[in-house]
Amino acid sequence: MTQRGRNALLLTPAGLWLLVMLVLPLLVVFVFSFGERGAAGGYVPAFTLEQYANLPARWTAFKNTLILAPLGTIAALLIAYPLAYFLAVRCAPRWRTSMLILVIVPFWTSILIRSYAWIFILGGRGLPALLETIGINDVRFINTPFAVLVGIVYGYLPLMVFPIFVSLDKLDKRLLEASADLGSTPWRTFRQVTLPLSTPGVATGCMLVFILLMGEFLIPAILGGGKVFFVGNALVDLFLQSRNWAYGSAVAMTLVIIMLITVSIYMKFISRLGGHRDDVSLM
Amino acid sequence: MTKDNGTISKQKFMQELRRYQKGSVTRRHFLGVTGLGMATTVLGTAMPGLLPRPAFAAGDIGDRVILATWPNYHDEMNFEAFTEATGAHVQVNVFGSNEEMLAKLQAGGSGWDVFVPTNYTITTYVGEDLIIPLDTSKLPNYDAGSFEQRFSDAGSVDGTLYAVPKNWGTTGFAVNTSKLDGAPTPTTWKEFWDLTMAGYSGRTMVHDYQLTTIGNALKYFGYSFNSVEEKELADAEKLLLDAKPHLFAISSDYQPPMRNGDAWMTMCWTGDGKQLNVDMPEIAFVLGAEGGELWSDYYAIPKGAPHMDAAYALIDFLLNPEVNAKEVLAHGYPSADARTNALLPKELLEDPILYPAAELLNALEFGAAATLTDPNRAELLARFKSA
Repeated sequence: MTQRGRNALLLTPAGLWLLVMLVLPLLVVFVFSFGERGAAGGYVPAFTLEQYANLPARWTAFKNTLILAPLGTIAALLIAYPLAYFLAVRCAPRWRTSMLILVIVPFWTSILIRSYAWIFILGGRGLPALLETIGINDVRFINTPFAVLVGIVYGYLPLMVFPIFVSLDKLDKRLLEASADLGSTPWRTFRQVTLPLSTPGVATGCMLVFILLMGEFLIPAILGGGKVFFVGNALVDLFLQSRNWAYGSAVAMTLVIIMLITVSIYMKFISRLGGHRDDVSLM
Repeated sequence: MTKDNGTISKQKFMQELRRYQKGSVTRRHFLGVTGLGMATTVLGTAMPGLLPRPAFAAGDIGDRVILATWPNYHDEMNFEAFTEATGAHVQVNVFGSNEEMLAKLQAGGSGWDVFVPTNYTITTYVGEDLIIPLDTSKLPNYDAGSFEQRFSDAGSVDGTLYAVPKNWGTTGFAVNTSKLDGAPTPTTWKEFWDLTMAGYSGRTMVHDYQLTTIGNALKYFGYSFNSVEEKELADAEKLLLDAKPHLFAISSDYQPPMRNGDAWMTMCWTGDGKQLNVDMPEIAFVLGAEGGELWSDYYAIPKGAPHMDAAYALIDFLLNPEVNAKEVLAHGYPSADARTNALLPKELLEDPILYPAAELLNALEFGAAATLTDPNRAELLARFKSA
C-alpha cells in the first residue's frame, strides 16, 4: 500500500466520525434554522429569516454566557495556575502522584451529583447559616450568578490544572537556576522564564474550559434555579419545552458562529504571543 | 460513617431516601443509616439482571417497566410490591411539565412504557398519534363506572379509551405563614404576586410550566387561566418579568427549598401542599380566590412502548383500589375512584386541602388543549425564563 493509501486508511475512522457526528448534524441544524415551528411543535420546512430576526428575545442568555464563560475561565486560571505550579515545581516528588490523584478524584463522581452538593453548601442552611453565626445576615448565594460561577469554576478546575501542570513539569529547572545565577529576582524569573514557557499549557487550559463553558447548561440549571440562563439552557428549553426546533436551531447556529469567531481571535492572539519562539508548539 | 455497617432492607432504604429527599433528615443521617446498603441496593435496581428471577403467577412480563411521572406522586412501597409480585422493576423518570413529556415523545425513542399525562394534553397525543388505545381486557381492575365522570372523561377521545384516571387535584400556592409577621395569610393570586414583589422578595417559586405559571399570572388580572388572547398574554408577561428579579427560583421541584426555609411561598399542587402541611403545619395551602387550575392526571401508554405487557400490568396494579388507597395516603392527591375512596379514612376524605370547599372549587378551570400547543404561550414562558 502506498503512503497515501495508508494515510487515507488511518484517517477514515476519525473522518467518518466527524462527518456523521458533527458535519451532518450541523447541516441539519443549519437547514432547520430557516424553517418554522409546527402546529403542535417541532419543525416544518420553510425558508424564512424570521427565526434569526427573533434572536434579540434571547439576548440575556447570550449576555450571561458571554460574561460568565470568560469570567469562569479567568477565575479557573487564577486558581489553577498556583496549584499547578505547586504540583510541578514545589511539591516533593514522592507526594506528587497522590496530589495529582486528589485533583482527579472529583471526576469519579458525576458532575450532576457534585453540583447538587453545592445546592446544600450555597443554600440557606449552608454558607449563609455559617455567616450568620459571625453576624453577617441575609446573604443569598444559591440561584445567583455567583453560585453559577462557583459551580463552573469548581467543575472545570481539573481541566485547567492539568495542561498547565504538564507544561510546567516539562520546564527545565536548570533554566530557573540560570536565571537566578544571572541575578534575576524570583519574581523576574517567574515573569520572564516560567510564565512564557508555560503559555502553551495556559492556552490549552483556557481553550478547553472556555469552549465547554460556552455550551454549559447543567450547572446554571442546577445552581441558577432557572434564573441564570446560559444559551445552553435556552436551547434545552426551546427543544424540550416550547418545542420550537426552528428557533432553537437559529439560536444554536448563532452560538456556533460566535464560538468560531471568539476562538479564532483567541488562537490568533495566542500564536502571536508565542510566535517569536519556535521551540514551543501551541495546542 | 457508622459503627453498624450491616445491610439495610430495601424498604427501609427507600423510607430513609424519602425522608432525606423531603429534607426531614440530614444527609449525614441518611448516609449513616443506609451505609453500605446504599451501594448494593442502587446496584441491584440499576441492573435487574443481577437479581434472582423466580417464576411469577402472572407470567413473564420482563424484568422492568419504565414510568414517566411527576415529582412526589407515588408510594415507593407499592413499586416494591409490584416487583415482588411480577419480577418487573419500576424505573421512574420524573418530569416537571406536560410540555417536557410531549417534547420527549415527539422527539421519539423516549423508551417509556407508562406515562402520566394531564387531562388537557390527551387530545394532542391522540392527534399526533403518540399514544395507543387501551385494551380494557388487560386492565381487569379498571371499572369505568366507579370514576367520577369529570375526572375521567378526558381519557376517552371520540369514544375510544386512551387513558385511565390516576388522581385529580388543584393548583394553588403554599405559603410559609411563620414569615408573614402576623399579617393575614394571602388568599388570592393578586396577593401571591404582590407579596412576591414585596415582603417575600427572593423567597417565592413558580413552576417551570407554562400552564400554571402563565395561567396564575393571568389570574392576577382576572383573565381566564387558559387565555391565549394576545393582549392578555402581554399583561401576564409584563407581570412575570416584573416579578422575576424577586423569585427564588423557577422550578417545579419546590419541596426541598420550602422545607429547608430557602423558599417561603410557591405555586403548589394539592399533594405537595398536603405533604408540606403535614410535616410543617406553618405551611398553608391556599387556592387563589380568583380561580386557577383543576386537573386530572391519567395513565397512558406511548406508542412503541418497549415493555407493553409490563405497562398494562403496572397500570392494572395501580388501579387496584387497595394499592390506590395506599398511593393516596402516601402522596395526598385525591382519587376519583369510588372504590378507592371507600377504603380511605374519613378525616382524609374531609381534608380541606384535598377536597376544597365548593365555592373555591367552582372558580377553578380545567386546562384547555389549546394552551399546550399555542406557540405564544410556549414562547412566552421560554422568554420569561431566559430574560
